[in-house]
Amino acid sequence: MSTIQKINRRDFVKLFGLTSTGIIIGCNISSDRKEFIPTSDENSFSPNLFIQIHKNGNITLMASRSEMGQGIRTSLASAIADEMEADWKYIAVKQAIGHEKYGNQNTDGSRSVRTILEPMRKMGATAKMMLIAAAAQKWNIAASDCKADNHFIINQKTSEKIFFGDLIDVASKMPIPNENMVVLKKVKDFKYIGKTLKSVDLKDFTHGTAKYGMDIRIPNMKFAAIARCPVTFGTVKSFNSSDAEKISGVEKVIRLDRMIPPVGQFFGALGGIAIIANNSWAAFQGKLSLEIEWDYGENHSFDSEKFSEILTQRVHETGKLVPGSRGNVAKAFTDAKQTIEATYQVPFLVHTPMEVPNATAWFQGNKVEVWAPVQDPQTARAEIAHFFEIPIENITVNVTFLGGGFGRKSKSDFVVEAVALSKKIDAPVQVVWTREDDVKHSFYHATSVQYLKGSIDKNGLVTGWLQRVALPSIVSSFKPLSDYASGFELNQGFTNNPYDIQNFRLENVKAEAHLRIGWMRSVVHIHSGFANNSFVDELAFEAKKNPLDFQLALIGKNRIIEGKSDYPFNSKRMKKVLENTAKISDFNRKRPENHGIGIAIHYSFYSYVATAVEVSVINGNIQIKEVWTTIDCGLVLNKDNVINQLEGAAIFGISLALFGKITVKEGAVEQHNFFDYQMTRMKDTPKITVDIIEAMNQPATGVGEPGVPVMAPAICNAIFNATGKRIRTLPLFEVDFEI
Amino acid sequence: MKTNLSINGKRYQIDAPEEMPLLWLIRDVVGMTGTKFGCGVGQCGACSILVDGTLIKSCSMPFSFGIGKEITTIEGTTANLQILRESWQECNVPQCGYCQSGQLIAATFLLENNANPTDEDIDNAMSGNICRCGTYTRIRKAIHMAAAIKNQG
Repeated sequence: MSTIQKINRRDFVKLFGLTSTGIIIGCNISSDRKEFIPTSDENSFSPNLFIQIHKNGNITLMASRSEMGQGIRTSLASAIADEMEADWKYIAVKQAIGHEKYGNQNTDGSRSVRTILEPMRKMGATAKMMLIAAAAQKWNIAASDCKADNHFIINQKTSEKIFFGDLIDVASKMPIPNENMVVLKKVKDFKYIGKTLKSVDLKDFTHGTAKYGMDIRIPNMKFAAIARCPVTFGTVKSFNSSDAEKISGVEKVIRLDRMIPPVGQFFGALGGIAIIANNSWAAFQGKLSLEIEWDYGENHSFDSEKFSEILTQRVHETGKLVPGSRGNVAKAFTDAKQTIEATYQVPFLVHTPMEVPNATAWFQGNKVEVWAPVQDPQTARAEIAHFFEIPIENITVNVTFLGGGFGRKSKSDFVVEAVALSKKIDAPVQVVWTREDDVKHSFYHATSVQYLKGSIDKNGLVTGWLQRVALPSIVSSFKPLSDYASGFELNQGFTNNPYDIQNFRLENVKAEAHLRIGWMRSVVHIHSGFANNSFVDELAFEAKKNPLDFQLALIGKNRIIEGKSDYPFNSKRMKKVLENTAKISDFNRKRPENHGIGIAIHYSFYSYVATAVEVSVINGNIQIKEVWTTIDCGLVLNKDNVINQLEGAAIFGISLALFGKITVKEGAVEQHNFFDYQMTRMKDTPKITVDIIEAMNQPATGVGEPGVPVMAPAICNAIFNATGKRIRTLPLFEVDFEI
Repeated sequence: MKTNLSINGKRYQIDAPEEMPLLWLIRDVVGMTGTKFGCGVGQCGACSILVDGTLIKSCSMPFSFGIGKEITTIEGTTANLQILRESWQECNVPQCGYCQSGQLIAATFLLENNANPTDEDIDNAMSGNICRCGTYTRIRKAIHMAAAIKNQG
């Protein structure tokens, strides 16, 4: 049709910071959205990969990041629509397949908005410029005499207007503007950015019509469940499936070998015995009926309680000095009026997204199609290409809605399993994990033990801070024998804590991995946030200072610390969120008897968070009464979504503080399901107030994760305030308050 | 042998083992996927449905239990469910959305039996449903809103 087809999309998208090439295709996961029309259709205009304007004015916007509850489909769409001056009622969102043409699609690290907001705004601004150019040509006036407003281009001389949909023919013949011609809107002119927009998927979410991975149905597909070795990386010695095969609906029993990824890449799959059935339940029943003799392998001796004891011993000896340490801690301790020591422990944790890991795959000759709830579809695609030796262009990964992700669905082991089984049975198959599979075979959030020693001078000021950290590294999942926390892990709240302390020493302590270690919402910040804030509260108590004043003093004078990133740490912003939380919680107010208040701050994913929690401890029962949180996340994209994320993060943090504990005996995880790995429920839910410090001229920073790390320490500090009992080991359900 | 089952006012001829849980019958045999699997042991409420108006965790109830009864799933509708959907949207409740089918069905059961629930009533009625995203405060608000709309109208 138009000149648009002749334009080299690769150059265009490269220009905008998203390496890319190709045509527009996508996966439809909502019930009533129109199928995406390819660019050769005369009835629509696609100025770029992310936007398609239809003749009737409807606009389809492509979401390149996975939706797992963080509201990204709405947020990214609102940024494009704002720059386009589109009317929100015409907007529909389509989910992109996994493909490098969309740029990096890995949805983790609270970075989608941070890294692709500007490119998305440019996509919208470009489309607007082309629509303006088209209208200017029609009216034969200068583009500068036209403006876009609410789905129309206005002739500013005559006040005539043309609807977006009526401009697509001409617009599609307009040249794509150079990036340096693209002018983004000013903050004061934002129409959607910084305001409140409801999720574009509300209708589907409330009618049961949103398609998650488990909801994919393909004619003649099979369902599969896999029995995996209770001990990480154990293998099948022998098995007897005669009982399983008698179960109605069970069709086949297949041995699946472990798929080991090359060092430094991917995740592979554990292997085991797979039951193929015509429904999920029969597959589950078949799995339970298998008799399997395992070779447990070298992780069989692993015992998490003993491991904690070993780590506790190790953190009481000198570890490896971490770069970034400063001053002379030993001297500070010698000179100090008082020194304080404490040891903190966090157990292994697991994500338990409400939708268990699952994937549907169809292996057809040298072609593979997958439908799966994945946070990182490009890695899933690369893994399939590697393990099954299929050209990557023959692999389609359709991204469904994710029923929660929290980091679990960044790992595509469940996708690899589905592809392997589809290949073996030559039919489409959906692999469904049971909740027990999810609890027992995850990529776990690491346990940690930390030793802290601090010194206080006669004025109650902190003069020295020594911190030793032992935690199994995520790197161990990619590179065996990685026995120390890596630099990127220590950079999550350890090397970059917000405190202005002259003598600071950080030591890294050995901790081997005997489980698959992964990342879970907020990752290592959970450890640093807990220990740092708990220890500051302990120091404040010993120095006989108000914990709020003590935190503020410790953050210190106004200063900006340039890191390696584009987001320097600004102590003023940290203090501002803390002061705001103190204000909204009326922190210094005397609480009722048996009640206490605690406060915590944390800087993570480049956002500043301060949280206060009020608890009551009555007859040994802890109740979380109220939570007050303030965040500064720079430019706010969707205000209500930020509030929703912070409310959710508070609940996530309460869950891990109260209940989170995975234990391992003889190499096997002991927990099973929600009855022994408990979650916060409605009855445990406090009142939650979220305040946003608007910093609309600052870059947008993380929102999904930063609200989690403050929760456990704020709760524990509140418990100390209420009872005088200091909690240094999580979770709280194991603590006996009656002694 | 085929058995009749009535879901959302529509009759289905089913051929499945009687001990198969209603959840899997609805999802994998009938093919309606709005009712969700979360735990399989009646702990999380993602699979909540109404059977003759009673709240049931369908993962833990055999197919035979539903025979001769009227089943309502999230794809169905009742006056209360409709009001709740609207207040859910008004309060922008869902994050990932996965558990919300079960939350809405549990809330429907609450409103059918209690026109004006207190916070404590909501705590008691809704604590069988887990939301890992943590949308509880909004669910609470949306239930109050739905009750208020219902009591006005």
